[in-house]
Amino acid sequence: MAEPSELLTAGADVLVAGGGNAALCAAINAARAGARVLVVEAAPKFYRGGNTRHTRNLRCAHDEGNEVLTGPYPEEEFWDDLMRVTGGETDEELARFTIAQSKELWDYMNEQGVRFQPSLGGTLSLGRTNAFFLGGGRAMINALYRTAEALGVRVVYEAEVVDVEIEDGFFLSATVSHGGTRHRIAAKALVAAAGGFEANIEWLTEAWGPEAKNFLIRGTPYNRGSMLRLLLDRGVRPIGDPKQCHAVAIDARAPKFDGGISTRLDCVVFGIVVNRAAERFYDEGEDFWPKRYAIWGRLVAAQPEQIAYAIIDRTSIDKFMPSVFPPIEAASIEELAGRLELDPAALRHTVESFNAAVRPGSFDPAALDDCRTEGLAPEKTHWARPIAEPPFYAYPLRPGITFTYLGVRVNRRAQIVMDDGKPSANMFAAGEIMAGNVLGKGYLAGIGMTIGAVFGRIAGREAGHHVRN
Amino acid sequence: MFATEDHAEADRLMRICNACRYCEGLCAVFPAMELRRTFLDGDLNYLANLCHQCGACYFDCQYAPPHEFAVNVPQTLSKVRAGSYRAYVWPQAFAPMFEKNGLAVALAAALGVAAFLFGFMAWSDPGVMFSAQHGEGAFYRIMPHAAMAWLFGLAFLYAIVALTMGFRAFWKDIGASGEAVGGGSLWQAVKDAGRLRYLDGGGVGCMNEDERPTDRRRHYHHATFYGFLLCFASTCSATLAHYLFGWEAPYAWYSVPVVLGFVGGCGLVVGPLGLFAAKTRRDPAMADTGRYGMDVAFLAMLFLLGVTGLLLLLLRATPAMGTLLAVHLGVVFAFFLTMPYGKFVHGLYRFGALVRHAMERRAGHSVGEAAG
Repeated sequence: MAEPSELLTAGADVLVAGGGNAALCAAINAARAGARVLVVEAAPKFYRGGNTRHTRNLRCAHDEGNEVLTGPYPEEEFWDDLMRVTGGETDEELARFTIAQSKELWDYMNEQGVRFQPSLGGTLSLGRTNAFFLGGGRAMINALYRTAEALGVRVVYEAEVVDVEIEDGFFLSATVSHGGTRHRIAAKALVAAAGGFEANIEWLTEAWGPEAKNFLIRGTPYNRGSMLRLLLDRGVRPIGDPKQCHAVAIDARAPKFDGGISTRLDCVVFGIVVNRAAERFYDEGEDFWPKRYAIWGRLVAAQPEQIAYAIIDRTSIDKFMPSVFPPIEAASIEELAGRLELDPAALRHTVESFNAAVRPGSFDPAALDDCRTEGLAPEKTHWARPIAEPPFYAYPLRPGITFTYLGVRVNRRAQIVMDDGKPSANMFAAGEIMAGNVLGKGYLAGIGMTIGAVFGRIAGREAGHHVRN
Repeated sequence: MFATEDHAEADRLMRICNACRYCEGLCAVFPAMELRRTFLDGDLNYLANLCHQCGACYFDCQYAPPHEFAVNVPQTLSKVRAGSYRAYVWPQAFAPMFEKNGLAVALAAALGVAAFLFGFMAWSDPGVMFSAQHGEGAFYRIMPHAAMAWLFGLAFLYAIVALTMGFRAFWKDIGASGEAVGGGSLWQAVKDAGRLRYLDGGGVGCMNEDERPTDRRRHYHHATFYGFLLCFASTCSATLAHYLFGWEAPYAWYSVPVVLGFVGGCGLVVGPLGLFAAKTRRDPAMADTGRYGMDVAFLAMLFLLGVTGLLLLLLRATPAMGTLLAVHLGVVFAFFLTMPYGKFVHGLYRFGALVRHAMERRAGHSVGEAAG
């Protein structure tokens, strides 16, 4: 095994910036096309893969079910789902293309050694549309690395692209920083697959204001968007809302970075959520949690100090997926308020008014039931039951940032489009760095992996072809 | 509140795993965990014995060290498992046997061999002991059959009693006693254990040295386990031959006891060697170094059973037979006596855990929908 510095000085035909699903699909396909490929991943080996290491499934269209996918998921249905979550904020040509290409992903991923399993406990609703990775995202990315390395792809970790040289839309070289040394790498093609800027607090602050310092980042601290920044600064056309990010409500006690899936909380729909003033601020029972969790990050971000508290009682404690941090427990609402450092009288008032407004109904967590409040602002429209049976429990909530939408414009050959509208001949992009082309808003479980794999494969193939010609 | 620090750590991990669940397709541990929200000592001992130590969840885990959650399920469950052997041992006074198990087993083996050597020399005619013996009853000219049968019968009986008592304590502690064990669950567990279904990292092989899966450990375990069973079958068939048909050992090369014993003995030589080699190459991050002695002692004992048995078979017509018989019987005797106090119990508790898991699956339930 050559030293990283040797690999960096040896040069390559195709330079892949990034180390996740999109980057590795690109590296594998470029290598299969005959190119010498060098992958530079900013993270250390353990943290390789960016958000891929926290994913769990891949959404793909298919005409028939198989040993894992429980039934057909036609392209048209995938398109309808995408339209529903994006509200039309998508490039229809690229989106339909992505969906059509997604049909190949099941076979492709299996060929690369990725293994699948039936949908995980508690996620049956995704069993038809999404193929779950056996062992999760890190297992999946490990498989891609094994395949890539067997094909001769060379990988350097802790190597960050700090500069790119572009002339008239043509990539000339990249400067990669590794172990305090800068290496200029003059490759024949560049694949930018280095994700978004969700871990870059300064950048988030630019977009969100000072509240961003209270955000928790669900992925690694290495998703800093430096590749994205370089490209945008060097005349690449942007896409996607620079001020938006996918923000969900997660346990406020989660680590600042890389808490991933286990810090999620599914208890909101079963109780009430209050802010520092001990006041409710949104309908907790608006819809099923999987359909609403992604708006709660934003809701909590808008509250004072970007924190909120989900409050339930004994009757609901076993109704949701267990979470990684134990609930804060108390025998009375006042005691609970004390533990949360909220005004006890205010919390008691909120809970009592809520309890008084609850109408009788038959509770059913599996349906949009008729348990609701009347005369409250805001109302709770489903699953409203009095919070009256001790012990009482609270979970603190903070916004957890999953990914950002800002990216680079690409065409269906994954070529990066320059400010003048012309595609670059030898710069390609794949994954979260260009996901905004397809997913302009909202989120659909597993679609990040779809976009990454579809465009990663194309970017690798196109880069490989470019090198050969 | 937990029996040991290892249990507290296992509880911490299971809470993280239960909130993540990415590994639920890898083996039985995670689906079993998902049936619980809180974990008592008995639950953790159950999960620990269900774990086959394939290592896949360590390499697949996004929360493994150096992540601050430091999730290392194989290592932690290995420690809990070793602790459970001590906790259920009968009689309890012998629990310290697990502390320096390698030494204890080695001493038992040495003493066993020495006792038979000196015993033979003291009781039998040196002319018989150190000369070639041929024909029916050759072995029994050195040690009378009745003495052999009584001695080993008692040692074996003791082992069975001690193992049964330990298993009862385990079965009770994991909350299974009082429940009816269905034939279906039992058969499922036999199949799962017989195939080592959960030592395959969810389908590709276990991860031992690094994240590249291999089936080597499974194959060597099969060689060991089935080799052991064949040797046991060989002994049983010889006993039948002796008492039913009055045929006295040594038996012909083509006889059932010899063929079974030969094939089984080869398994007991190859299997433990392969498992030991795999152990030396194991990623130290996953290993529970505190139980190294116990694991190696068990492998060494099995290896010695195989080697001494094969040597006795090969050289039974030479003057070395008497000495080899003493050595082999000494090893077998020590093996019987230390069975309840060493790694042997892993098979028993794991089988129990597999039965329990099959029972739970049949009665199973699941929890609600979750968001990503």
